Amino acid sequence: MTENSERRVVSVIVVNEASVLSRITDLFSGRGYNITSLTVAPIPESKYSRLTIVTSGSVRVIEQITKQLHKLVPVLKVYEHADLVEKEMALMKFPITENISDIAAMCLAYNGNIVNVGENIFIAMIADEPKRVDNFLKMIKRYNPKEIVRSGAVALER
Amino acid sequence: MQISGAQMVIEALIAEDVDTVFGYPGGAIMNVYDEIYKQDKFKHILTRHEQAAVHAAEGYSKASGKVGVALITSGPGFTNAVTGLADAYMDSIPLVVISGQVPMSLIGTDAFQEIDAVGISRSCTKHNYLVTNASDLPRVLKEAFHIAASGRPGPVHVDIPKDVTAEIAEFDYSIEVDLETYKPNVKGNPRQIKKAIAAIAKAKRPLFYIGGGVINANAGYEVRELVKRTGIPAVETFMARGVLSHDDELLVGMLGMHGSYASNMAMSETDLVIGLGARFDDRVTGKLSEFAKNAGVIHVDIDPASISKLVNADYPIVGDVKNVVKEMLEISSSINPAKYESWRETVTNFAELHPLFYHEDTDRIKPQWVIERVGELLGDGANISTDVGQHQMWTAQFYPFSRPRQFISSGGLGTMGFGFPAAMGVKAASPDKISINFTGDGSILMNCQELMTAVEQKLPVINIILNNNYLGMVRQWQTLFYDKRHSETDLSVQPDFVLLAEAFGGIGYRVTTKEEFDAALKDAIEKNIVAFIDVVVERLENVMPMVPSGGSLFNMMLLEKKEK
Ligand SMILES: Cc1ncc(C[n+]2csc(CCOP(=O)(O)OP(=O)(O)O)c2C)c(N)n1
Ligand SMILES: [Mg+2]
Repeated sequence: MTENSERRVVSVIVVNEASVLSRITDLFSGRGYNITSLTVAPIPESKYSRLTIVTSGSVRVIEQITKQLHKLVPVLKVYEHADLVEKEMALMKFPITENISDIAAMCLAYNGNIVNVGENIFIAMIADEPKRVDNFLKMIKRYNPKEIVRSGAVALER
Repeated sequence: MQISGAQMVIEALIAEDVDTVFGYPGGAIMNVYDEIYKQDKFKHILTRHEQAAVHAAEGYSKASGKVGVALITSGPGFTNAVTGLADAYMDSIPLVVISGQVPMSLIGTDAFQEIDAVGISRSCTKHNYLVTNASDLPRVLKEAFHIAASGRPGPVHVDIPKDVTAEIAEFDYSIEVDLETYKPNVKGNPRQIKKAIAAIAKAKRPLFYIGGGVINANAGYEVRELVKRTGIPAVETFMARGVLSHDDELLVGMLGMHGSYASNMAMSETDLVIGLGARFDDRVTGKLSEFAKNAGVIHVDIDPASISKLVNADYPIVGDVKNVVKEMLEISSSINPAKYESWRETVTNFAELHPLFYHEDTDRIKPQWVIERVGELLGDGANISTDVGQHQMWTAQFYPFSRPRQFISSGGLGTMGFGFPAAMGVKAASPDKISINFTGDGSILMNCQELMTAVEQKLPVINIILNNNYLGMVRQWQTLFYDKRHSETDLSVQPDFVLLAEAFGGIGYRVTTKEEFDAALKDAIEKNIVAFIDVVVERLENVMPMVPSGGSLFNMMLLEKKEK
């Protein structure tokens, strides 16, 4: 319990079938593991989906998480990533009165852009490493974002 | 062949060689019960509560080694069965539990007797299914039996909406189970096994730590061979009682919270733990940081998640313990039993210093005496089930078990009310042996309606109630750790157990002396009908020795020896 807690990204390949997502989330809640973020989408042209779970725990807990995930019948593979490329998207809604060109310029530096402009608001998007997304979101606070939504991380082994 | 979903259930059970099904009907499962009525290939036993149906299926499975089957209806039928599912899950018992569900069109509408059954069973089954098409049923049922019995066994729940049981579809049960995502590793890694053998040969004070997985894997014979061949002392967990015979010289005893002093000391002094199908449960290890502190650990288990979960394994071996132990035997020539002579002596000395015993010093019968006495009289001739509490621990301590599958008890979940229905299942599976259930005055009331089933089905279970007028195990903790505040554990107000048994058509005895006990047991065996033997025992007896919760195995509370 006193062991050091680390952030970890785990990818899980599962069969696309009813209630497979609840099996995974039940496992996390039932065994007291953390979920920081979770994304899921079908893998193209296959009967599988890929989940990316950002979690945290001691080395022993992370090892248990991967083993317990593996025990679930519809789970094909579990990757606990060490060396990975990680990206997360964020969408932000600003009042139209904010400085749109400043924001657009900053978004560019974070693989993003202005993606929608309306009568009263505009929406900006970025896609970058979760840490950089954190920083970006801190930075744009002064432009009074009305709403922010993050996608949760997706990851691939290098 | 084109048949209904309900007929598919019947055909699948027949194809799986099921001879006994335990269950309880209701609206959503009626189509299946209609088909049960029409067939004579397997027997259906109507329990008087769904929880009992699942426990009976567990007892049946544990005694026979086969997959146990229970059949129940939706809603309250299912929720009544959940304790049984959880119990089977914790003790790795292979079951297929089939429940009815409201028709597909009503799912999600809060229909009559609708409950999200798979949502509830998800966390207490190995796997579960909601079947939405009859054409899926052959595959699902085949997978269910396969998953229940393979790898680390466990219960599988199949929920079938009523309209699916009426739907006609093609039935072909010759299909192969093809589960790309489920492939338990049964063969241990040969290099790891070699390393483990080398470690054993090098160790000075190795110790076998035998768990219930050995029984699940039918590896009792192989483990007996390995213990004999190596001359290494062995301790058993509660779940493993009977793997080694009680008279095996190398069996030190049971370890853990109510294990013997010698077993717990051996575990504390060993330099190499050889874990076979055991999972380092907290009731076994006591304080983890002090558990087998100076020892290396070999851990053989079918479940990779059990390895290094609590105690780090230096030699992890994932595989079926039967296969692994067979391989160990083949390459065990480097192990010299003579090497462990002084270690065996050390262990014997522990046992002589503080043997397992109790005081025979009151007018009342001591509960431990009853268990020893049944052991003397029936020994190998009985299968022994228990409920949960002090009587359960005394049974594990004092009954002379001589074979695997002789002892059937709820270990992981500790379910009061397990014993009687389980003992019925045991009797159904093993009719030639006497089926005894050691129970308590608290536990027996949690499934006493099964008297009716036992009478109707001629399952002459002998329930021996060790009656201390207490929820004894809880009372013991209150005595020891709550300054004797016996909160809500006094069971002075009781039914007349003799009349209770007789009201259902069974037979009852009330016993206050040893002579009466012998006579009652003899009579119950002769009458061959379900019996309650209500034995008035010493009320305040404690289960000893004991490792207080969270304490270290080597710090046991011991029973004081009396000066003569
Ligand atoms: C269903 C359930 N409820 C509560 C408990 C907690 N509990 C464990 S042992 C025990 C006392 C059992 O009393 P009894 O059956 O008379 O056995 P004794 O300990 O007296 O031998 C209780 C209440 C339990 N294990 N199971
Ligand atoms: Mg009692």
